[in-house]
Amino acid sequence: MPETPLPPAAPQAGLGEILRVFTSLGMASFGGGLAGWMHREVVEKRRWLSEEGFLAGVALGQVLPGANSVNLALYIGQQLRGVPGAAAAFLGMLGPPFLFILGLALLYGWGVGFAGMGVVLGGVAAAGLANSAYTGLRTARHLRGLGPWAVAAGTFAAIGLLRLPMIPVVLVAAPASIGLAWWRETRRA
Amino acid sequence: MPDRILALLAVFAPLSLVSLGGGPSVFAEMQRQGVEVHGWLTAAQFVDLFAISRAAPGPGSLIAALIGWEAAGFWGALAAALGLYVPSSCLLLLVGHWWRRRGDSPLRRVIERGLAPIAVGLIFAGVYTLIRADGAGWLEVATLLVCTLALWRGASPYLVMGVVALLYTGLLQGGAIGR
Repeated sequence: MPETPLPPAAPQAGLGEILRVFTSLGMASFGGGLAGWMHREVVEKRRWLSEEGFLAGVALGQVLPGANSVNLALYIGQQLRGVPGAAAAFLGMLGPPFLFILGLALLYGWGVGFAGMGVVLGGVAAAGLANSAYTGLRTARHLRGLGPWAVAAGTFAAIGLLRLPMIPVVLVAAPASIGLAWWRETRRA
Repeated sequence: MPDRILALLAVFAPLSLVSLGGGPSVFAEMQRQGVEVHGWLTAAQFVDLFAISRAAPGPGSLIAALIGWEAAGFWGALAAALGLYVPSSCLLLLVGHWWRRRGDSPLRRVIERGLAPIAVGLIFAGVYTLIRADGAGWLEVATLLVCTLALWRGASPYLVMGVVALLYTGLLQGGAIGR
């Protein structure tokens, strides 16, 4: 893992660079788990966003409608370079996969079968999910204090284990968690 | 042809704004609209397209492009994809714009700090849900755990995915797995 200890000051991200990064990210996203890849490229490698800025994008992208990975890409692009940055990220994320999937549609139209692919794809998807698990573990290390840990565990239990709908859960948990952060901030000051 | 393009936009643009959490929340409605309401494709074709969209990179909701392709070729695919992604993207940009204007204010820092543990919970809930949704067996769970450990130890994610793809292909060829 390239752990170059750069200063956290965000270097200016060029539009071409944003397009390039998200093009490779878009093609890497098999079976979900893309937040992990983005975290690696955007936070760890390039320091474009802070850890917390990135996580806010994760939460926002999941709560608003739309594909999570596309939303997160738009958010990152916009925070870096405004609407042109978001457009570059959008194009990179969706353009190549769009053309790729149409290529597969052509093959399918010619009668090429996709049987047996399912098992292999299941394995690759599991490996892709490992990226998310890794990101979750890495970011969890930054949580300080009992409160944030309880919020993280509660969110996981409500949505993952109890299968409660996400929006109401977040609508309850987010104000509580932000209130907690605010209380800790004022107490420290 | 132009009316098919319009029909595709009319189907996918509203779906965009209710696609909470992305594709899975609207697959059922896409199927109903494409197969039953408009007859752009058969139910069996939809299942095949679903498998194809899984085989391709990009979000699973790109199946919309495939439905558009079946309905009206390339321009249909483009209309369906733009219909599905542009409205939700505009909404996100509106929220993001407000967010960006806050700059590095204390309010924004507190909100970010408050959202961080929720994002962590959401990430793990997503992993847990997806690994269970596929009817995944012990092999997939073991893959997930081993790969997570490998990444934690600094392995390249490209290498990890490549090794897993080769391993599963080998197991499939050898008849050890498959259905």
